[in-house]
Amino acid sequence: MSSYIIESIESGVFETLQMTFFASVFSYIVGLPLGVFLYATFKGRLLANKPINFILEFFVNIGRSIPFLILLVLLIPVTRFLTGSSIGTAASIVPLTVGTIPIVARMVESSLSEVSPGVIEAATAMGASPGYIILHFILPEATPSLILGSAINIATVLGYSAMAGVIGGGGLGAIALQYGYYRYEKDVLWTSVSILVVMVMVIQSGGNLLSKRVRK
Amino acid sequence: MEVFNLSKVSKTYRNDGKEYVALKDVSMSIYEGEIFGIIGMSGAGKSTLVRTLNRLEEVSDGSVSFYGSNLAELNFSEVRKIRRQIGMIFQGFNLLEQRSVLSNVMQPLRIAGVPREQRQKKALEMLQVVGLEDKKKEYPARLSGGQRQRVAIARALAADPKVLLCDEATSALDPKMTGEILELLKEINRKRKITIVIITHEMSVVEKICDRVAIIDEGNLAEIGEVKEIFRNPKSEAAKKLVLPSNPFDPSSTTSKLIRLVFDGLAASRPFIAELVEQTGKKVNILSANTKSVSGIGYGQMVLELPQEEEDQRIITEFFEAGGLSVQEVKRS
Repeated sequence: MSSYIIESIESGVFETLQMTFFASVFSYIVGLPLGVFLYATFKGRLLANKPINFILEFFVNIGRSIPFLILLVLLIPVTRFLTGSSIGTAASIVPLTVGTIPIVARMVESSLSEVSPGVIEAATAMGASPGYIILHFILPEATPSLILGSAINIATVLGYSAMAGVIGGGGLGAIALQYGYYRYEKDVLWTSVSILVVMVMVIQSGGNLLSKRVRK
Repeated sequence: MEVFNLSKVSKTYRNDGKEYVALKDVSMSIYEGEIFGIIGMSGAGKSTLVRTLNRLEEVSDGSVSFYGSNLAELNFSEVRKIRRQIGMIFQGFNLLEQRSVLSNVMQPLRIAGVPREQRQKKALEMLQVVGLEDKKKEYPARLSGGQRQRVAIARALAADPKVLLCDEATSALDPKMTGEILELLKEINRKRKITIVIITHEMSVVEKICDRVAIIDEGNLAEIGEVKEIFRNPKSEAAKKLVLPSNPFDPSSTTSKLIRLVFDGLAASRPFIAELVEQTGKKVNILSANTKSVSGIGYGQMVLELPQEEEDQRIITEFFEAGGLSVQEVKRS
C-alpha cells in the first residue's frame, strides 16, 4: 500500500469515529425521550394515551422501514440546509442521526419494558408521580439493559457510517468503496473492513463489560 | 376510630367484551390499631380488594374512604398524598435491584420531599427497626427473601404511614422466615401503633397475628369477625373450608360421625383423649390433630371419628363439652 493510502486510512479511522460519536450522541438526545414516551404512552402504562402512542408508533415504524441508503438520498436537501454541504463527515452526521433515532427509540422502549411491573406498582403505592417514577424507578432499573442496547446502537451507527461513503461521506466506508471496490485494490478493501470489524467488536465488548459492571 | 370504610364496593373487569366480577357488594370497616386479615383462596378477589384501599384499583361501584375522605372523589395529587400515609409491601418485595438497601429505604422520604440528611437518618433508623442496619450498603440481589422483605418493610414504614398493607407478604418465604416477618409486623403494630391489613391465603398467618379477619369468597364477603370466634365457630362454607384441616386421615367408615374439637385457652398438659378412654371407656379415632402450646395454654384443633352408636356419641360429646372444649359436627363434603 502506498503511503498516501495509509494516510487516508488513518484519517478515515478518525472520521469514522467522529461520525459515529456525534451521530450516536445526537440520536440519543432525541431517541431516548422518544423511547420513554413510546413506552409510557402505551396502553395500561403510566401515561397511557392512545392517540399520542399511535402517532409515535407511526413515525418510528416509518423511520425504521426506510432503507438507510434511500434515507441518505432523501435527506440531501435537509443536510445541505443544516451543514451547508451534502458531502463530507459533518454532512454524514445528519442522515446518520435521523436514521438511528427510531432504532434508539425502539431499543429504549424494549429496555424499559423489562422493568418489573411490581416495582412500578410499589412506586405508585408510595405516592410518586408518573414523571418521578420514570426518572427515579424505571430508568435506573433499566440502566444495565439501556447500556447493552446502546452498544448495539453505536455499532449500527458505525455500520451506517460506512454506507454514507456511497454519497460522498467520509470515513473508512468511503475508502473501502473508492479504493477497494472501484479500483479493485483488495488489500485496501480488506484493511478498512478489518478495522471496521475490530471497531464494532471493541464497542460491543465495551458495552457488555460496562453493563455487567453496572448491574447489581 | 375507623381507618377504612368500604361501602358496597364492587369491581368488574372488562376484557375482550367479557365481564369478570372481582368484587361484589363488599362492605366492611377497618379500625385504627388493629391487625386486620383478609383471607381467601387465590382468585377470590382479595388482592383487588386491598388495592382499592390506596386506589391502585378504581372501584366500579360503591365507595372506599380513608379517615372519612372518599378516595374516588380525590384528584391525582390528593390521592398521592393519601398514598404516602399508606405503606405497602408485596409478595415479590418489589425493591429497586439497582439501588442499595439504604437508597431503597430512602425512596418514600425522597418522594415526600424530606431533605437529604434527614432522609438518611430516618432510613438508618428504619433499618435498625427491621434489624438490617449492617446491610445498608448491600444490594437487594445479595439478600435472602426474608431480608428483602425486611428492607421492604423498612421502606414502607420510612415515611411514617398510618397504615401498612401487606399483600401476601409471607407467601414467598419459608415457614421460619414467615414466622420472623409476622413477629416483626406484630411488634411494629404494637410499638408504632400502625394499623396493619394483611392479605393471605393461609389461615395460619391469620391465626398467628390478626385480631379480626374478613373471608372473601368469589368476590363476596363471606364472613367477618374476631379471628378466635371464626376459628371456634366458622359459619360460612368458605370459612369452614379455611379453618378445617386440609388433609386429615380417611375415616374407617363412610357414614360415621366426625367432630371437630377446638382448643382455646385450656391447659396444654391435660391428656384429654386418655382421660376420655379411662373415664368413659369409649374410643375415638383421631383423623387430624394440630395443636400447640403457647406459654402452657393449648391452642388448636382435632378432628375425631366417633363410634357408630348414638349413645356413645352423646357420652363422648358431653365429656368434651364438660371439659370446656368447643365441639362441632363436621359435615362431609
